[in-house]
Amino acid sequence: MSSIVIVGAGPAGIAAAELLCSHGHRPVVIDEGERAGGQGYRRPSPDLALDMHALMGSEAGRYEALHRRFAALAEHIDYRPRTLVWAIEGRTLHLLYDGRAETIEADQLLLATGAMDRVAPLPGWTLPGVFTLGGAQVALKDQGCLIGRRVAFLGSSPLLLLAAKQYRQMGGTVAVIADTTGLAAKATALPGLLASPRTLLRGLGGMAGALRAGTPLLHGVTPLAIAGNGHVQSLLLRDAAGRERRFTCDAVALGYGLKPETQLADLAGARFVYDEAFRLFLPETDAFGRARPGLYLAGDGASIGGADAAEASGALAAHAILADLGGAPAAAEVRTLTRKLARLRGFQRSLARAFAWPASQIRALPDDTLLCRCESVTIGTVRAAMAQALGPIEVNRVKAMTRCGMGRCQGRVCGPALQEIVAGASGQDGAGAGRLRGQAPVKPIALSAAGESTP
Amino acid sequence: MSTDGAQFMRVATRRGAAIAVEFDGLPLAATEGDSILAVLLTNGLILRRHEFGSEPRSGFCLMGACQDCWVWSVQGGRLRACTTPVADGMILASQPPAGPHE
Ligand SMILES: Cc1cc2nc3c(=O)[nH]c(=O)nc-3n(C[C@H](O)[C@H](O)[C@H](O)COP(=O)(O)OP(=O)(O)OC[C@H]3O[C@@H](n4cnc5c(N)ncnc54)[C@H](O)[C@@H]3O)c2cc1C
Ligand code: FES
Repeated sequence: MSSIVIVGAGPAGIAAAELLCSHGHRPVVIDEGERAGGQGYRRPSPDLALDMHALMGSEAGRYEALHRRFAALAEHIDYRPRTLVWAIEGRTLHLLYDGRAETIEADQLLLATGAMDRVAPLPGWTLPGVFTLGGAQVALKDQGCLIGRRVAFLGSSPLLLLAAKQYRQMGGTVAVIADTTGLAAKATALPGLLASPRTLLRGLGGMAGALRAGTPLLHGVTPLAIAGNGHVQSLLLRDAAGRERRFTCDAVALGYGLKPETQLADLAGARFVYDEAFRLFLPETDAFGRARPGLYLAGDGASIGGADAAEASGALAAHAILADLGGAPAAAEVRTLTRKLARLRGFQRSLARAFAWPASQIRALPDDTLLCRCESVTIGTVRAAMAQALGPIEVNRVKAMTRCGMGRCQGRVCGPALQEIVAGASGQDGAGAGRLRGQAPVKPIALSAAGESTP
Repeated sequence: MSTDGAQFMRVATRRGAAIAVEFDGLPLAATEGDSILAVLLTNGLILRRHEFGSEPRSGFCLMGACQDCWVWSVQGGRLRACTTPVADGMILASQPPAGPHE
């Protein structure tokens, strides 16, 4: 039997594994995480006294259902938790488990690697107390902790409202919810948003909740700085009316939507195209998630779509694997899934406009703003290097010149902003700036472990 | 703002065995299941000092992506604090031990 490997045990990976099992396959499911569920639906630690129903409302049932489904799969799959895939060479996946390197061969490889927060830098964003918006939710769901007592939510994302609401509910104070996209842009995106009422309603519910409590909710802000002596003490911004306003806080949650985790897809040979709506390079696939023969991509790691889209695309990729292995096509099911996925991803495109990546704000950031938190490279250093360079400028060249994007995070954090700075300085659009290439190891590993398996 | 000098505020208790760890020479109480980062930030404000310029850092993504939360353990080298659970008797440090390291 062909060896099918799924990387990622989030909604996409779980939906794919389910379908493959129901057709008699026994896929390997690898996930770096301690518990299955992926990022958004990570299983809360069972010993944490958190009322998930109060916290998640109608979503709580979906959590439980997903985890029940995964539990039912357990004996039908080869599940490898706490295992990092750190490189891919041809059919060979390089794994790290418990400090030891191993390899595994995949005839069919499904990457369902999910996403992380996309962030825009601003002066002061490396101060202790600044975390990603997703991180603020992870701290709560995973550790039962708030990232601070008085938290400012900054960025452009519907999850700003959701997270702020959860924080208030758990006894935190919300200093401000500040969104960089103006209301006019949001109104323009509205028709597209009406296509998926569930997410819209949750967002609006959060908005109403925030207003009731007298929390400042600002749209169209320009972030100026996070200030503090050794840790966060305030957030300074300019509001839509042009007034400078300072909000006292001890933590900032920063989030501008999500960006797919595509390093492994890159190493596995996927091709990338620039997407204007997201302003990101995304891997190219057919409607089923086929990126090239034997390589399939699903979930947020392929294109940001949310948990429902992740499930639908995971199932579609599994259908593609079954068909490519010679199975009979399940035309009706596939048609339903394809339609559902198109609708959900279309909705995310509208969201990406209503909660836009603040390209022009990033291009205008002052020189002394830190761009790369790993290697401590400022925007000024990047601009100066570009001004001196001869010939065409693109991000990989700028990375080689400045070390921006070369650090421990492999450009995951600074990548989108670097792309915008490079595009801005060279008078190009985001696509013209090029794409930071993925490199092995996709996350830092001990050199001794790499040595064991490197031929 | 933070009255007790801690970054994180615990809002949900964890049932589990009480364990003890040490960070930069200070004993800290923890519960089995806590991440290293949660233990350190419910007790203080910073995790480490950056290699360049020694500015304080306390992690960022909290999901294993940014690598800005590395701390060092006497027993086992470098640890990613946000995704590594604490274990009883861990001796942790904000700086790497002297000598060659990665
Ligand atoms: C931090 C965060 C918080 C979120 N919170 C919410 C929320 O509150 N509500 C909501 O509706 N949506 C939320 N989302 C969005 C939601 O999580 C996603 O839409 C959904 O989880 C996507 O499912 P997926 O299966 O594509 O990926 P994920 O659920 O992200 O799963 C991907 C899995 O792949 C694993 N993985 C990735 N790379 C590797 C590797 N190299 N080796 C081994 N394993 C790997 C990861 O550990 C992860 O478990 C959040 C997203 C993030 C990133
Ligand atoms: S905080 Fe980002 S990896 Fe730990």
